[in-house]
Amino acid sequence: MLSRAANAIYWMNRYLERADNVARFINVNLHLMLDLSVETASQWMPLVVTTGGEKYFREHYGDNAATQENVLQFLIYDKNNPNSIASCVRSARENARSVRQSISSEMWETVNKMHLSFRQASADQTHQDAPYDFLEEIKNSGHLFIGLTESTMSNNEAWHWARLGRLLERADQTSRIVDVKYYFVLPTIEYVGMPYDNLHWAALLKSATAFEMYRKRYRRIAPKSVAEFLLLDREFPRSIHYCLVHAEHSLHAITGSPLGTFQNPVEQRLGRLRSDFDFARIEEIIDFGLHEYLDNFQSRLIQVGETIYDDFFAVEPPSQSPTQSQSQSLLPATGEAASQGVSPP
Amino acid sequence: MNYDDYQTEGFYDEMFIADGPSAKPRPGARMLVERIESLLNGDLARRQQAAEIALYNMGITFSVYGSEDAEEKIFPFDIIPRIVELKEWQPIEQGLAQRINALNLFLDDIYHDQKIIGDGVVPRDIIESCPAFRRECIGIDPPLGIWCHITGTDLVRDGEGRFFVLEDNLRCPSGVSYVIENRQILKRTFPHVFLASNVRPVDDYCIHLLNALQQLAPHTESPNVVLLTPGPFNSAYYEHAFLAQQMGIELVEGSDLFTQDDCVYMRTTKGPLRVDVIYRRIDDDFIDPLAFRRDSVLGVPGLMSAFRNGRVALANAPGTGVADDKAIYAYVPDIIRYYLGEDPILPNVKTYLCRRDSEREYVLQNLHELVVKPVSESGGYGILVGPHSTKAEREACAERIRANPRNYIAQPTLSLSRAPIIVGDHFEGRHVDLRPFILHGPDPYILPGGLTRVALKKGSLVVNSSQGGGSKDTWVLETEPDKNVSFVDEPVLPPVEHD
Repeated sequence: MLSRAANAIYWMNRYLERADNVARFINVNLHLMLDLSVETASQWMPLVVTTGGEKYFREHYGDNAATQENVLQFLIYDKNNPNSIASCVRSARENARSVRQSISSEMWETVNKMHLSFRQASADQTHQDAPYDFLEEIKNSGHLFIGLTESTMSNNEAWHWARLGRLLERADQTSRIVDVKYYFVLPTIEYVGMPYDNLHWAALLKSATAFEMYRKRYRRIAPKSVAEFLLLDREFPRSIHYCLVHAEHSLHAITGSPLGTFQNPVEQRLGRLRSDFDFARIEEIIDFGLHEYLDNFQSRLIQVGETIYDDFFAVEPPSQSPTQSQSQSLLPATGEAASQGVSPP
Repeated sequence: MNYDDYQTEGFYDEMFIADGPSAKPRPGARMLVERIESLLNGDLARRQQAAEIALYNMGITFSVYGSEDAEEKIFPFDIIPRIVELKEWQPIEQGLAQRINALNLFLDDIYHDQKIIGDGVVPRDIIESCPAFRRECIGIDPPLGIWCHITGTDLVRDGEGRFFVLEDNLRCPSGVSYVIENRQILKRTFPHVFLASNVRPVDDYCIHLLNALQQLAPHTESPNVVLLTPGPFNSAYYEHAFLAQQMGIELVEGSDLFTQDDCVYMRTTKGPLRVDVIYRRIDDDFIDPLAFRRDSVLGVPGLMSAFRNGRVALANAPGTGVADDKAIYAYVPDIIRYYLGEDPILPNVKTYLCRRDSEREYVLQNLHELVVKPVSESGGYGILVGPHSTKAEREACAERIRANPRNYIAQPTLSLSRAPIIVGDHFEGRHVDLRPFILHGPDPYILPGGLTRVALKKGSLVVNSSQGGGSKDTWVLETEPDKNVSFVDEPVLPPVEHD
């Protein structure tokens, strides 16, 4: 398919997945804050860090400004924050607009309605105190969009680009939330007994909509098991391992080369990354250092993204001077977000 | 809401016949009027609102420029359809087919032997001074000899209800997507009346369009047809995406295409892919920086050369704008007689060419009752409507005409027909025109009806969307209206019925 269209579909899905994750982080944190009621201010900063906007936030809101009000403004409405829900929805819609012919009308209308109701919500300040309904709406629209992708779109190349974008983004988001929560919740992995400890772990799982499935699998909440579930589970659709396996399926469906082989740098990089997760054990990861492991994972995932761009989207004929395309301009926002990944403790 | 107080005010009304102090519905509109009058108070307004929300959610909007987060607006749409009876439509259909056929022959002639000039029917200078005449096209043989594949011809009705051709649009006419979307909404708004009225369908337009485009690449079994758009910031982008989606073809921007050895390719995730036919929605000036405007970033370098060498088909072909030049317009009746040996079925509006001394003098003396148009503008820009103008405007216009007479034509101010629209809690008459769409080729096709554009401002004669116009659905009735069917006793329907 058209490179520009593939690029736009890929990014449209990344942005929608990102908006969904940000909405979920906020929702869970709002509930958690109600339970904790003390030392609350410090508990909003992890969200800023998770979404990769720490530097921008400190510059524009101040060093000790991580109040609920500021962080909600920053994560929901701030149009200059490339990872705010506002920016993600807008970018998703711009991308959707440029590939109207490749996606179904129902998918387009869902993204368009999201954009329109978001605009209305930002104009109408009533949401800002208790944005639960509004965040719920963002999440539901995201789910509706994925459902429509499944039920109205052929499983063709465009569909695989959509899934590839969604799963790579989801793997990235899951790794961020685990990394940050570990850092804030648990200074050392052996540390147990902190007040409200269970609440924190439950919140972490809920951020990834993983709480119920986790309970079915492990029942008892233990830090190591939580990390294992979110990183290595083969069945849970938001675990990093699951995302990588299915992203790789889509990649190979696009290229046509057999799984387990590679014919281009993307297949090599993604395949190698996935196989690391295939054979990893959580004890090894913790011995190595969970943060270091996730940091390394994120850099490799960014490389996969860059290679996708080089191999598929930046197709130039041999004798042609490079031309600027609209969708290329969408890259820096994400590139920036990626490079602002979680900094080491 | 009812039509009790509705006045035709001496105009030809599309829905009512003036009958003494009151007005009675035309035969084709009777069922609709009865239905509307049987609705509960507020029901019609709810239907109108539901239609607007549907358009909004579908993203059939344009942004008001100025700020980054400018509000998006839908193109105004009035849910009361305009009804055209079959006996009115048939001569229009024949007249349009005749006219486009002649204009296509005209284009082929002036880019080849120019016999029509040699025979003294159209003066050479009027063609050569036309900005849309492309010397680059001389000698080119487009596939199947077709230049104007897609045309949108603007028709108006005068006070007696006669149809006239107001202008021809042979470049990149837009609006057909509104016809199709308006119809979708109207089917939901008045399902029973629609069904009983036996309205000719418009939904298959895209099938005919794709067929017409595919025929342009006879050398291959499954040609790669694409739609070339200037991009999402163009005001007609919605339509470009809609048509590409309905036809199942790729929507491409200039940067998606490149040429090599006179062939056109698109950049795909699996490498370059040959393109056979381009339905281009970019003006001539911008399609190829090597041939036309060098500063164009929208086009594809080398496209004209590929076209000239028959490696790619372009629809419409470059250079068609010369045939819809408003000065050439005055010659179209002669063009029809010259190529076809027939009298025109659809008349032109009387047109004064300011390049002719005697006609210019007449125009300058009668500005207050004429409409003056610049010949090479479209979209309603630069028009002076004499009866609605101020003295200062007329003087400025006279100045412009004297400075560049070739650039202006004038026509009598027509008393355009009107149709009722919903204004608040009642109906008011507004002026309308009609833009049918014509596909020219081996299987010619004329979209039944077309886009009815309506001047929303009271008394205004300018219907262009860029000038505050809206649209209506247009129903061409397949059969004579049945006098025995009535909806007065039907149960009241919910505001919008979903199928």
